[in-house]
Amino acid sequence: MSIELKNITKVVDGIIHIYPTNLHLRDKEFNVLLGATLSGKTTLLRLMAGLEKPSSGEVWFSGKNVTHVSVQHRNIAMVYQEFINYPNFSVFDNIASPLKVAGKTPDEIKQHVGEIAELLKLSKYLDRDVASLSGGQQQRIALARALVKQASLVLLDEPLANLDYKLREQLREELPRLFAESGSTVVYATSEPEEALMLSGHIATLYEGEIIQYGKTTDIYRRPANLASAKIFSHPPINITKVVKSKSRITLPGVADWPCPEVFQDHIDGEYILGIRPHHLSLKNLEQSEKHIRISGNVQLAEISGSASLIHLRINENDWISESGGIHPYSIGETINVYMNLDGCLYFDHDGKAIH
Amino acid sequence: MIIKTVKQTAWFFVVPVVLLVAFNALIPLMTVVNYAFQETFGDNVFFWEGLTWFEQVLNSDRFHDAFLRQIMFTSIILLIEVPLGIVIALSMPRKGPWVSVCLVLMALPLLIPWNVVGAMWNIFALPDIGLLGYTLNSIGIDYNFTQQPVSAWITTILMDVWHWTSLVVLLAYAGLSAIPEAYYQAAKIDGASRWAVFKWIQLPKMKRVLTIAILLRFMDSFMIYTELIVLTGGGPGNSTTLLSIDLVKLALGQFDLGPAAAMSLIYFFIVLLICWVFYTLMMKNEQQ
Repeated sequence: MSIELKNITKVVDGIIHIYPTNLHLRDKEFNVLLGATLSGKTTLLRLMAGLEKPSSGEVWFSGKNVTHVSVQHRNIAMVYQEFINYPNFSVFDNIASPLKVAGKTPDEIKQHVGEIAELLKLSKYLDRDVASLSGGQQQRIALARALVKQASLVLLDEPLANLDYKLREQLREELPRLFAESGSTVVYATSEPEEALMLSGHIATLYEGEIIQYGKTTDIYRRPANLASAKIFSHPPINITKVVKSKSRITLPGVADWPCPEVFQDHIDGEYILGIRPHHLSLKNLEQSEKHIRISGNVQLAEISGSASLIHLRINENDWISESGGIHPYSIGETINVYMNLDGCLYFDHDGKAIH
Repeated sequence: MIIKTVKQTAWFFVVPVVLLVAFNALIPLMTVVNYAFQETFGDNVFFWEGLTWFEQVLNSDRFHDAFLRQIMFTSIILLIEVPLGIVIALSMPRKGPWVSVCLVLMALPLLIPWNVVGAMWNIFALPDIGLLGYTLNSIGIDYNFTQQPVSAWITTILMDVWHWTSLVVLLAYAGLSAIPEAYYQAAKIDGASRWAVFKWIQLPKMKRVLTIAILLRFMDSFMIYTELIVLTGGGPGNSTTLLSIDLVKLALGQFDLGPAAAMSLIYFFIVLLICWVFYTLMMKNEQQ
């Protein structure tokens, strides 16, 4: 089922929650809404679900205006950050509940629930009481309910936020596959750029109630349309600084200069904004190529995140973060070299619009 | 061989609590036990009676009647107050300025001294001058709680419901407030009816607080004294003489200290036993 938001807004008590928004999600696609807390992700999901009515504009499902269709007639399923299950039901009854509402026969119900439980590794627990299971299992039950319903639209509101690290990683990989098989259109809200990257599919970046950019996840990661989108879609945060373009050179004052990329050639000379993701500032020049330029900086802090090191550097007047694989202990105050990948440089004009 | 070092000083820290409990519970209780097994004619002279008083109390029609009345009273008020409390809690607003207004209104009856509650209802229900009694009689209903057992029972139950439903309401409301909004949304998406939401989400989520509410209301109603002695004094006749009133009549009215002490102990063990059974059943249910 395709979903279209046509110029919808949401205003509550005079406060704008959603600015006029247009969005077209194609049938059977996996879509991610990425934005910080309070950027309007949940409100957008609720508007799609019909739990809230837009202040203006329309919601269309598969070419039909459903703005005034009630929630239960929209054939949707929703999974929340909290683990929402029927507290008194067994695992089986919980998963079976949408089928019972749909009036399926006991045999059909048993078969469907069995399949889904197998898929989500819940078969062992079907007789158990929900409250006796772990958080990860409870959320699997909620996901199973959403899957078994075979809803045309599945809305997931940060479903993995309350799970522990390992389960989160595992489900991030499994979810797109599970939903691809079910044939539902999926909208997945998250505040974590890494999660959005792993889930892949399409992405809409949100900033303060506005959709900044929508498109294929990899495209948007590589070529954010503007500074806001780049900032939302970067973890650790993208390094931002001012550079000066003059003729065919770009200068980072007091640090380095390098040739101007072709797409940038015909722009007028002057100040521009450079954005460079931490992993494009690496400790080693692996490719030994001219695409990398050497910059030296002063170590402010060295932290280890997973299997990578984040080195906070003071480079001339800028505080930058460099991300490299492996564990690299440095002492604070040490001067080290990092290599900036020129292919990773994103340029923006004064209004934050990307140049590419 | 295992050698344990025992620090005897630890016992020292328990002494204050032991003393406190001894003085406010154990020693008074022991005097009751003392009276329950002996006969006294004053001057601190005691004669051993063994289980005589217990047999006498347990075999008396008077105790049986009071006990049955007590069971009836407690059952009726539980059957009214618990469902009524849930209904009121469900219909209270969950956010906005009216929440605090409702909560304060609900808490008011709980803040009134118990004897004042009795006095209020006594005056309110008087057939000649009371608002309730006068109104009922003037529309042709023969109502007189000082003369008719049925009227007395209705008044007593009305008073208890007025006084204590708030407790159930406040506890149930607290239980309802703890249910995340997402549950209601999920139910809405599933197309659940109002009744289904209550049965499958709200009631199970309120189970814990309702257990506490029922337990508290059971214990308090089983030991009701102050409001009742002011309202009816146990009358007309013995019709509203519940266990506690009967006990006071026996101990202070007739000065039968032995049987009264024995009855106190029986009374105490009945409350303890029912609470224990009730609690065990509830907890067993919880674990399943």
